[in-house]
Parts: sequence; structure tokens; C-alpha cells
Amino acid sequence: MIGFFRVAWQVMRKDMTIEIRSREVLLTTLLFAVSVVLIFAFALVREGRAPDDVAAGILWVAISFSGTLAMGRTFERERYNDTLRALMLAPADRPAIYMGKLLGLLLLLMLVEVIVVPLVALLFLAPIFTHPGMLLALLVAGTLGFTAVGTLFAAMLVRVRSRDTMLPILLYPITVPVMIGGVRGTAALFQATPDEPVARFWIGLLLAWDAVFVTLALWTFEPVMTE
Amino acid sequence: MSDVARLSVVDVSRYYGRRKALSQVSFSCGAGEIIGLLGPNGAGKSTLLNVIATLVRPSRGVIQYGDRQLACGADVRAEIGMLGHDLFLYPELTARENLSFFAHLYRVGDVPGLVSRALDRAGLADRGDDFIAGFSRGMRQRVALERALLHDPTLILLDEPFTGLDQASTAALVDRLQERQRAGCLIVLATHDLDVADGLLTRAIYLKDGRMVGSDTDTYGLSERYRRAMLA
Amino acid sequence: MRTLTTPFIALSAGMLFVAPWIINGAPYESTMGLVQKVFYFHFPSAILFLAAAIVCGINSARFLFWRNQRADGWAVAAAELGFLFGALTLVTGPLWARKAWGVWWVWDTRLTMSLVLFLIFAGYMMLRKYGGPGSDRLGAGMALFGMANVPFIYVSVNVWRTLHPMTSVVPTLPTDMGIPLWFCFAAFTMLFIALLNLRASLEHQRARVEALYLAEDQA
Repeated sequence: MIGFFRVAWQVMRKDMTIEIRSREVLLTTLLFAVSVVLIFAFALVREGRAPDDVAAGILWVAISFSGTLAMGRTFERERYNDTLRALMLAPADRPAIYMGKLLGLLLLLMLVEVIVVPLVALLFLAPIFTHPGMLLALLVAGTLGFTAVGTLFAAMLVRVRSRDTMLPILLYPITVPVMIGGVRGTAALFQATPDEPVARFWIGLLLAWDAVFVTLALWTFEPVMTE
Repeated sequence: MSDVARLSVVDVSRYYGRRKALSQVSFSCGAGEIIGLLGPNGAGKSTLLNVIATLVRPSRGVIQYGDRQLACGADVRAEIGMLGHDLFLYPELTARENLSFFAHLYRVGDVPGLVSRALDRAGLADRGDDFIAGFSRGMRQRVALERALLHDPTLILLDEPFTGLDQASTAALVDRLQERQRAGCLIVLATHDLDVADGLLTRAIYLKDGRMVGSDTDTYGLSERYRRAMLA
Repeated sequence: MRTLTTPFIALSAGMLFVAPWIINGAPYESTMGLVQKVFYFHFPSAILFLAAAIVCGINSARFLFWRNQRADGWAVAAAELGFLFGALTLVTGPLWARKAWGVWWVWDTRLTMSLVLFLIFAGYMMLRKYGGPGSDRLGAGMALFGMANVPFIYVSVNVWRTLHPMTSVVPTLPTDMGIPLWFCFAAFTMLFIALLNLRASLEHQRARVEALYLAEDQA
């Protein structure tokens, strides 16, 4: 058990070290997320005002689009010197490697959200400070769900030729409940009179989804990754 | 060191769809031997190394490590050190960081001490905190070799280790391998470089199109024996 | 199973041939007229679409965790049939919806769920086709995730939609509508089973030919 988390921590620390130095994935993902938000702003704003309730949708679209990009880039690094093979060679529990990658990506996306959420709030007048705790819970649960499946799929696709297009094709249908939960829950909090029970329901659903799918990913990581 | 001092490849085949990457390869070897896998490109040398390293499952046949088969993958992997063709190093990290990361993954004790000793042996003690991206091929090779040997493995696998090395680096690598051989390790290496292999190998295994077309244990005259095996 | 395939196909072909007359004999639905009769094809397609999802999911798990090679053949067959019956469902549905609700599409639970599941099947088939070597295992992993999702999709889309209530899709049926419905249902089910068997045995035979080819020079 301890060994499992130790390995995961080592993998995560290694990824963070690389990222802190170049900041490449963080900055490109962040900039891409901001671009998505702006494109949607231009697409939807009419007569100087955005329609109500679009803030939640735009936020989650930006997270999912930029998240997909980040996942692809992170595994591209492991392909470069075939280091993914070296990781598989280690006597470590293979699911621990998945866990390390997952936590690293989760942290990265949360950092992106630190910028994007206030940006969306600013552009679309969304009240993010009325229920900060619940909003944070929604963001964490939703991003975790999305990243859990995305990390597994990105790892699976590392040796596949058209991996950049295949990742979104495979990922988006499967993470539909996460999108729905994230958007509906966030929208409930952004309403004029925030609907707390609804938001709580969606947080609960997202957490249940996370539990099921992280477990499923941990089970399937080894069989799917061994040739 | 433990009981992976004996390796038996028993009738191993590996298919990718209809392509026979490996076909009915069998041999056996023990501690203190240096086995050479020789053959043209596409002969299956890398595939065979990957199968022995437990990275790829054979379609048929088994590999026996010591007196057990792949009972628990992690146990066997703890005894294997591999130097791949692509070196398995992170260019964005320093030599020391690369070694430390893998040392932690392989659960060795006293990581800083071991890493320093490894850097010394690679002759790169003063370059330990430089990024791998700035190293020459020979230097990277040395770091990669020490990375593979960090956890003192019994079974050492090398895929084309002499590629792109200069005279001095090649000699250093040969020395290191022979030192490991004397220490009782079992070394399997795939190479094109017959001149270097000549005199280093205790046994040569010739592969062509995935099949084993010969094997001998003479110590010299490798080029001639290789040519004859490939024509057979 | 294989010996039943021919009679099944013959029977379902016959039944489907006769079906238009039987459907014609069914009474017209009061508000919708002729278009309502699409329902007789739509309902079986939808049920078999879900059945295909379950078969694919179970066999993907068998292939991935128990390394049962034959299970992969069943999984591929089920996925292709899921794609086919899903397409049928998603085409016949809007035809009915246009007359019943005045719109081609609404974001109701069942429709959204079907569309998402359909996209999962499409993704699976893309992966099998373009994934290169090892895509059988990758596809199995993906199928597992897709199937594990079904209850969540149902709950999330259901709650999502009940915030804006919609009329129910399946009305209660009088008996003279029931007969053509169950007739078509039986025909479609036999077709499904027959096609599943055929496609799966095609996969199994392909695997067998490959094994024979690969074994040709083994003593």
C-alpha cells in the first residue's frame, strides 16, 4: 500500500520537476483554455451581453478541451525516449504509475482553472464567491473524473498512430456524465438564487462516478498496457 | 543476487497479426555468460530482448527465470536491468535526477550515495547536475548503463549498446560488462558490431527473420561465423 | 449455435417480409396517422441496441481480464451490431418524433443516452480499425468504460432533463397494436442473434486461419 503511493508520488514528482523547469505544458494549456473562453465569448455575445447561464457551459468546455491537450502532451514526453517502457520495466506496481500520472495532470489542470475560473467569472459576470466551497468541490470532482479516464486513454493511445484525434473521439462520449454534472452543478451555483441541493446532488454524482472510474482504470491499466 | 542466474528461453514465438517477429526460439544460459544476439535488421533481436524483459508476452512458449516462470512479474523485473535502444532517459532532467528517480522506483536504499557512486563509475561525477539534453551520445549511454545497473540486477539486457560510441566509450562499456560478468551476472546483448562482440561474447546466437539459425561458443572469428550462419 | 443460424435468418427474413402487411393491419394511432408505425421497427431496434451494448461490455471484460480469445470475436460482433441497430434507432426515432412532437430532436433522456452510446460504439470501431497492433486490448478497455457508464448516463441525463419536463415516449398499447409490435420484435431479435453469431464466427474463423498460418512451419 505504502509502496503504491510512494511510486505514485515519485512519478508525480518527476513530472512536476520537468514541468516546473519548462512550464511548457502548463502555459500552452492555459493559453489554449483562455482562447476557448474567448472564442465562445465572441460566438455568443450579442449586443454587448452574453446570454444568461452560458458561463458554466463555457467553463467546462474550456476545461475539457484544454485537458485533452495536456494529457496528450504529457504522454508524448514519455514516448520521446521510450521512457514509458522504462517505467513499465520497474518492479513497481503498474497502477501506481497511472496514479502518479493522474495526480500530476490533475494538479496541472487545477492550476489552469485557477486562472480560467476567475476569467470566466469576469467575462460573464458569474458569482464565483457566493459558494466557493461547493464550486471548488465541483471543480475537483469533475476535473478528477475527466482526468481519470483521459489519463488511461492517453496512455493506451501512446503507440497508436492517430492518437491526437483518437483521444477526443474516445474520451468525450465516455465523460458525458462528468460534463453534464459539472455544467449543471456549476450553473446551479451561478444562478441568481443559487440552488444548493441541486449542486450537492451533482457533486455526489460526480464523486460516485470518480470512485467507479478511478477503480476501473486502476484495474484495467495493466492488462491494457501490456503487449 | 538471487536465483535469476539461469535463463531458459523455451520455444518462444511472437506474432503481430500475420507477421512472425519471433519463431520457435530456444536457448539456455547461466550466470557469468555473455550472450550475443546477432542478425540483420528486423531479425527479431529487439523483440526477443523485450520478451525476456517481460515487456512483451510471447504468443507461444515460455521464458524461465531461474527455476520459475513469470509467477510474479514485479519480482522478476527487480532482477532485470535493461539498456534500451532509446536509452530511457528524461532529457529535461539532470543526470543525477534521472538516476535518483529510477533508484526510487527500484526501491534501492541510500539513494544519494548510490547515485553518486553510479556517476563516479560513469566518469561523470562533475557533470551530475547537467541536463541530459546537453550530453553527447556516449555520455548519455554511460548514464543509461548506470541507470540500468543501479539496483544490481542479475540479468542485464542491452539493445545495440555500441551504436554511435567512440573507441574510448566502447572500451569502457566492454570493461563494465566484463566486470559484471565476473560478478556473476548474466548478460544478453543484441548488436550489429561484430568487431567489438568478437572476444566479448561467450556465446553467439544468430537470428534471421525471427528464427534462430545457429548458435556457437567459439571465441574468435565471429564475422566469418556470422556470414556462414546468415547464408544457411 | 451455428446450426440455428440458417433457420433463424430464414425465419426472420420471412417475418420481416410479411411485416409490412401485419403493420398495415394494425389500427392507425389517433393523432399521428401513418408515421406512428415507424415505432414497430424503432422499439425492437432500441432494445437490441442496448442488448448489443451489454454483450460487448461483458465480452470485453472476459477478453481483457481472463484473456479469453474467443470473447474478442463476440465483442467485435456485438459492437458492429450495436452500431447498426443504434443507427436504425437514431434514424427511426426522429422520423417518429417529427410527427409526434413537431421537432426532429429533443434532449430527452433516452435520446441523449442513445446518441452517446452510439458515439461510444463509433469510437470503438474507429479504434479497432485505425489503432494498429494491440488495438483489440485497447478497444476492450474502452468498451468496458463505455458500458460502465450506462447507469451514470441514465441518471445524469434523466435528472438533467427533468429540470425541463418532457412527455413520455412510449404510450400504453392496445392489443391490436401489441401483435405487430411483438411480431416485429421477434423478427428483429432473431435477426440480431443470427447476425451476432455469423459475425462472431467470422472473427473466430479469421483468428483460426491466422493461427493455422502461423503454425504452418511448426513441427
